[in-house]
Amino acid sequence: MSSDLRVNNNKFIDQTNQISFKFNDQILYGFKGDTLASALLANNIHLVGRSFKYHRPRGIMTCGSEEPNAIVQIGNDPSLTEPNVRATEIELYEGLEASSQNCWPSVNFDIGGINNFFSPFIPAGFYYKTFMWPASFWEKYEYFIRKSAGLGKSPTKPDQDVYDHRYLHCDVLVIGGGISGIIAAKMAAQKNLNTVLLDDKNSLGGFTIFQNNENFKINNENSNLWLKKEIETLNSFKNLTVKTRTSLAAYHSYNYLLAKENLTDHLSLNERKDKIRQRLWKIRAKKVIIATGAIERPLIFNNNDRPGIILSSSIKKYIDYYGVKCGQKISLFANNDSVYETAISLNNSGVSVNSVIDIRDKSNSSIAKQAEKLGIKIYWKHIVVNTHGYKKINSIELMKLSDNGSGVVGNKINFECDCLGISGGWTPMVHLFTQSGGKLKFREIDNTFIPDNAPSDQISVGSCNGDFELDDIVKNTNKSVKEFLNTDNSEFDNLKVICSKEVDKKNIWLLPSDKPLGKTKPFLDFQNDSTAKDVKLALREGFKSIEHVKRYTTTGMGTDQGKLSNMHALGIVAETAGVKMGELGTTTFRPPYTPLTFGAIVGRNVGEFFDIIRRTPIHDWHVEHKAEFENVGQWKRAWYYPKENENMHQAVQRESKAARDSAGILDASTLGKIDIQGTDVSEFLNRIYTNAWSKLEIGKCRYGLMLNEDGMVYDDGVTTRLGENHYIMTTTTGGAANVLSKLEDYLQTEWPELDVYLTSVTDHYATVSICGPSSKKIISKVIPGLDLSDNKFPHMSFKNVMIDKIKCRVMRISFTGELSYEINVQSNFGKSVWEKCFKAGEEFNITPYGTETMHLLRAEKGFIIAGQDTDGTMTPLDLQMNWIINKKKYDFIGKRSLYRSDTIRENRKQLVGLLTDDPNEVLEEGAQIVSETNKKPIEMLGHVTSSYFSPNLNKSIALAVLISGKKLKGQKMFVPMKNKTIGVTITDSVFLDKENKRLNAEL
Amino acid sequence: MFLINCPYCGERDQSEFSSGGEAHIVRPKQPTKLSDDQWAEYLFMRKNIKGVQFERWNHAHGCRKWFNMVRDTSNDKIHAVYKMAEKPPVK
Amino acid sequence: MKNKYSIFSLIKNAFSYHENWQRAWRDPEPKKEYDAIIVGGGGHGLATAFYLAKKHNMTNIAVVEKGWIGGGNTGRNTTIIRSNYLWDASAGLYDHALKIWEGLSQELNYNIMFSQRGVMNLAHNLQDVRDLKRRTHANRLNGIDAVWLNTKEVKSFCPIINTSPGIRYPVLGGTLQRRAGTARHDAVAWGYARGADSMGVDIIQNCEVKGIKRNGDSVEGIETTKGFIKTKKIGVVAAGHSSVIANMIDIKLPLESKPLQALVSEPVKPIIDTVVMSNAVHAYISQSDKGELVIGAGTDAYISYTQRGSHDVIEGTLKAILELYPIFSRMKMLRQWGGIVDICPDASPIISKTHIKGLYFNCGWGTGGFKATPGSGDLFAHTIANDEPHKLNAAFNINRFVSGDLVDEHGAAAVAH
Repeated sequence: MSSDLRVNNNKFIDQTNQISFKFNDQILYGFKGDTLASALLANNIHLVGRSFKYHRPRGIMTCGSEEPNAIVQIGNDPSLTEPNVRATEIELYEGLEASSQNCWPSVNFDIGGINNFFSPFIPAGFYYKTFMWPASFWEKYEYFIRKSAGLGKSPTKPDQDVYDHRYLHCDVLVIGGGISGIIAAKMAAQKNLNTVLLDDKNSLGGFTIFQNNENFKINNENSNLWLKKEIETLNSFKNLTVKTRTSLAAYHSYNYLLAKENLTDHLSLNERKDKIRQRLWKIRAKKVIIATGAIERPLIFNNNDRPGIILSSSIKKYIDYYGVKCGQKISLFANNDSVYETAISLNNSGVSVNSVIDIRDKSNSSIAKQAEKLGIKIYWKHIVVNTHGYKKINSIELMKLSDNGSGVVGNKINFECDCLGISGGWTPMVHLFTQSGGKLKFREIDNTFIPDNAPSDQISVGSCNGDFELDDIVKNTNKSVKEFLNTDNSEFDNLKVICSKEVDKKNIWLLPSDKPLGKTKPFLDFQNDSTAKDVKLALREGFKSIEHVKRYTTTGMGTDQGKLSNMHALGIVAETAGVKMGELGTTTFRPPYTPLTFGAIVGRNVGEFFDIIRRTPIHDWHVEHKAEFENVGQWKRAWYYPKENENMHQAVQRESKAARDSAGILDASTLGKIDIQGTDVSEFLNRIYTNAWSKLEIGKCRYGLMLNEDGMVYDDGVTTRLGENHYIMTTTTGGAANVLSKLEDYLQTEWPELDVYLTSVTDHYATVSICGPSSKKIISKVIPGLDLSDNKFPHMSFKNVMIDKIKCRVMRISFTGELSYEINVQSNFGKSVWEKCFKAGEEFNITPYGTETMHLLRAEKGFIIAGQDTDGTMTPLDLQMNWIINKKKYDFIGKRSLYRSDTIRENRKQLVGLLTDDPNEVLEEGAQIVSETNKKPIEMLGHVTSSYFSPNLNKSIALAVLISGKKLKGQKMFVPMKNKTIGVTITDSVFLDKENKRLNAEL
Repeated sequence: MFLINCPYCGERDQSEFSSGGEAHIVRPKQPTKLSDDQWAEYLFMRKNIKGVQFERWNHAHGCRKWFNMVRDTSNDKIHAVYKMAEKPPVK
Repeated sequence: MKNKYSIFSLIKNAFSYHENWQRAWRDPEPKKEYDAIIVGGGGHGLATAFYLAKKHNMTNIAVVEKGWIGGGNTGRNTTIIRSNYLWDASAGLYDHALKIWEGLSQELNYNIMFSQRGVMNLAHNLQDVRDLKRRTHANRLNGIDAVWLNTKEVKSFCPIINTSPGIRYPVLGGTLQRRAGTARHDAVAWGYARGADSMGVDIIQNCEVKGIKRNGDSVEGIETTKGFIKTKKIGVVAAGHSSVIANMIDIKLPLESKPLQALVSEPVKPIIDTVVMSNAVHAYISQSDKGELVIGAGTDAYISYTQRGSHDVIEGTLKAILELYPIFSRMKMLRQWGGIVDICPDASPIISKTHIKGLYFNCGWGTGGFKATPGSGDLFAHTIANDEPHKLNAAFNINRFVSGDLVDEHGAAAVAH
């Protein structure tokens, strides 16, 4: 660290606490409290990066989030590295490693710098005009364009850090801890409102906290001292929460805001262990006070981008806050008075200020006068026309501005400097205001867009509201907050504020030059290398809207999102096109205000918390028995249970055979279950299902098909009448939630007259399904007293029973075609009932089977699975389930749609069975069916929806939907695969036990 | 992320609710008497208003009740909330 | 074409400091009457005008745009182009577009940067696998270059995807269309505008349609903020605002307009050089030539014309992105925005005549209209010029909502809605 660049008497930096860090592999030192930028400047390092397009050397330009140039890669660890970090924002910590981006081999010697020489040929939008020949070569050009684009490098390994979310509700949220924010927060706290004050820096005070200048006094104290005391009083409010290192990212409607709190990025790596890195606050505030301040504008002139050219107010912050001199021979160039504060600060710290170049004719403000008194040379009505120095500025050229401001006159004045401070005035930070939906108005006097109409309960105060003078800031903040919070008196009512007042104003968006514009490089967007020439070119080519100009020139699209460049782009467009800026409008300010880490947005919802996992009460048993699982919606379902060395096919063949040979057991707990009660349930079921429900007896079950109002099959399941006014409906696993919502919708909005109540009981019951010819024997062991005879407990009926003193419902229903029972028991007993059944079945070789076997068994019987054999385009008629439509019913959901011209067509796709010519050949689900393979284009007639090798039939079977399939039984068709064509025959969709004998078959 | 004043539960975050689209489209009492055109009108055709729209919402992650809402779709401002059986407010 | 673009013209113009480039398009005041007026200056509208002039010799036509051309969904989408749709009708439509994309830079003499870096769709459950395989088979037979990849092949095509079987919804495979890719969205609007303008089409910006004048069963012209303009043919291509125009003439469309959001990260050096989409966990991602990760989020499930959706949708999308690409957790969101998409019940568009003579609608593109831009423009131009659909858009008529002959593409559309 070169000590001659440090000022010692500094209160904000702990100069006893030295910190070592690395920049481009060089070991350097700074102090606790430094940012990387201030530490680099203290080490006399200005050159930090290379620009996006021309690879021009670029240095630190600001001291905050608007920094376009000094963005670096932090760290080398592939899982912890972070690209595009602003050196002006990151706090120095022991062991920090930073490196320059977008340069190769190094920032000092960058091959890409050659682009600067090609710059005449690559103006804005050049890529739209070339790289078109030869036609096939774009991707080859593009490869190189992509390689040279981008800034930092993405991490290449998963992040090890933890992120967090918290909700926050408050009466008043104050954004920004500068003088306005502090006054506002204190006033809110004094009113006993639950108040939260946020600031993105590590401490409060904004720019005023280091405004140690006798021209700015509050109650006879320098403004910085007054503010310091005010900040100290904030601690006494229990109802005021102050959050530093917390940046407001987005302001959504209805006062919903997001803020990111940095918790560890300022700590050394070993202090970070086991800590949350960042927390996203989701804030709902009754009232919002925006006090986000303003940022300084640069000036637009030839070669205004060299390292060492820094915003004037940033130079002031570096000297007054960080105790760092940005140079030894500093010149300042401005169009407003704030530059004199910088000059005075530098002078007070012993830095020689070469000169101040002021484009105005004069300024009568007290600080300008004081600067002059201090012996600082001021060039009134002069401008900088050029700068020199490749990797750092070393001299500037000035000329006198012509009377009308459109040109320069007289002789050039050259002098050396190692730093140039620039100030083009101030831009209120209205980003959050506009994000919330607020409308801006344009103020001519100082060319600012300021808040006009707010859409929610909020105000803007301080310089983000267009108040730039200390007395206006204090007075108007107090006044606005009083009105906003309905307060009569405030302790700030009678403050005595003295400050220098700026009267003389002048602004030129694009400063004139002694050279033609074409020969100059006046940068607007420093990161994206767009110049005033580019903006003018865009206008010349007919890009009229500011959004067009922005997109064509990429101005304002860098990582700073145009915080520095947008106003000048607007100004130059307005000037060139001859329209008023107020009429031109601004481009849209899009969230987030500063880039927001993906990890913080996602919080803890990653990995195992990505999505809820639903497990059945019997899940652990499946795990113990080595089941493989399938995701069905959020459920984990046992897919198959491989025995040693078995693959999936072998396991499924074994399970399928066992289920038909003796007994299989399936966990069906995931099926949706809706408890339905009320006096009108049968009428309700009549309306929602296609078949008739009026005559369903108590104790009986019935299968139902539910349609969408467009006539397409939506869901299916069995509904059981438990009592006079009590039913239980089952739905598919995936459809449960949607079916319930749909039923509630009809019930509440279309048929409120029906006395029907719906309750989801999916999670309340476990379902153990036992099928196969031995199932009756197993059930009789488990439920000894129950009469299982076919006439006492026939197919499609149910019984209330007790198993070990636990109430259970047993349904005799079958999805496999076998004699089959389903035991429904309250969830917490599910596993014990399952185990009891399993034990009872052991002597019958009871075999647990998963969803794959279930699918196979039902396909043998030609039962559909809604969502697999249907796809939202199948009617019940298409499924050849005409029997399930009760034509006598006046209406049901979807009925009318079944009689539209397209749905009554005979040649719709219909469900059929397929048998392959080679019985060992299993078709691929999703494969297409054709009648001719030679015709081009091949006409696809349908596709395979379900396909298996049936161990019970010892051949391959498939279900398919096929145009006019109903009429085509027995015909040959083809399934063309990538490498072969498979011959198939159309069959009935029921392959096994067409007579349904097995439903009662016992061993 | 607007706040919705559920007529049964009070003010809750929008994420608790689901929208059911345009309100006051009554399901025809005699669908079989309608032409294909008239049935399509009920089934699919919507005004999809930009501006003040009457619409249905469901407090899906709350009381599960359906209700109606008057919202300006051009700025998401909610003008009124009322229960299903209640008469829509006159502008 | 005037002012032809090439490397030579760039060099030539460099010597005059680029001060002699001509306007890419004029800025005319509307004439009293046109042979046809296209309402909506997005990619589809400008392409329609371009092909009306180029293929149907209709040059006395205008495009009216209420804001700035390309400022709607054209300039807001994630620029994915592919044609791997399920149904024959859709495959025909989107592959027609894809074929035009392949020569579009040359056709327009404007580099629209069509980059055939491939689009991969991932499967995360067994039904996904069935659906995607079904689509792949259909694509192959329709001559569309889709192939099925198993998990290992997915990983080798895009190594940064987390294909671990241990994640919540593991990648079970995917389909890849290599001819698919991305293009530079703004350039598409600008290239078509420049091309149309050079053939005499008037592109009139800041001209909002306030009403449609009708005489009996025919249209007579449009009322605009720049006055009344007479015409016998009106092609409405107003995307999210289609219903607003339809309501002016008392037509109802089967549309709902909803916010759809997208976001980009800060730019980084190349890390993903293809497009990967995942319906089941809802994440799709690519990297722009500038280096930004371009990420498409989902729609909000309510009607809104605010061009802004809820934060929940962004959070849900990034959650899915980090599930599949945990290396991106430290990347930062630079910018998020929203558009308004007009969604049909069957997730397919409408390119159709109406019962009013001379009134045509091109709408309902939902979340995926950009990819169809050239094809949509070409077919809509055909429909307007001939007063009857081309065979490639015959299935996309409005009447399908009456007959029930829908083109259900929920599975193939990018965003399940």
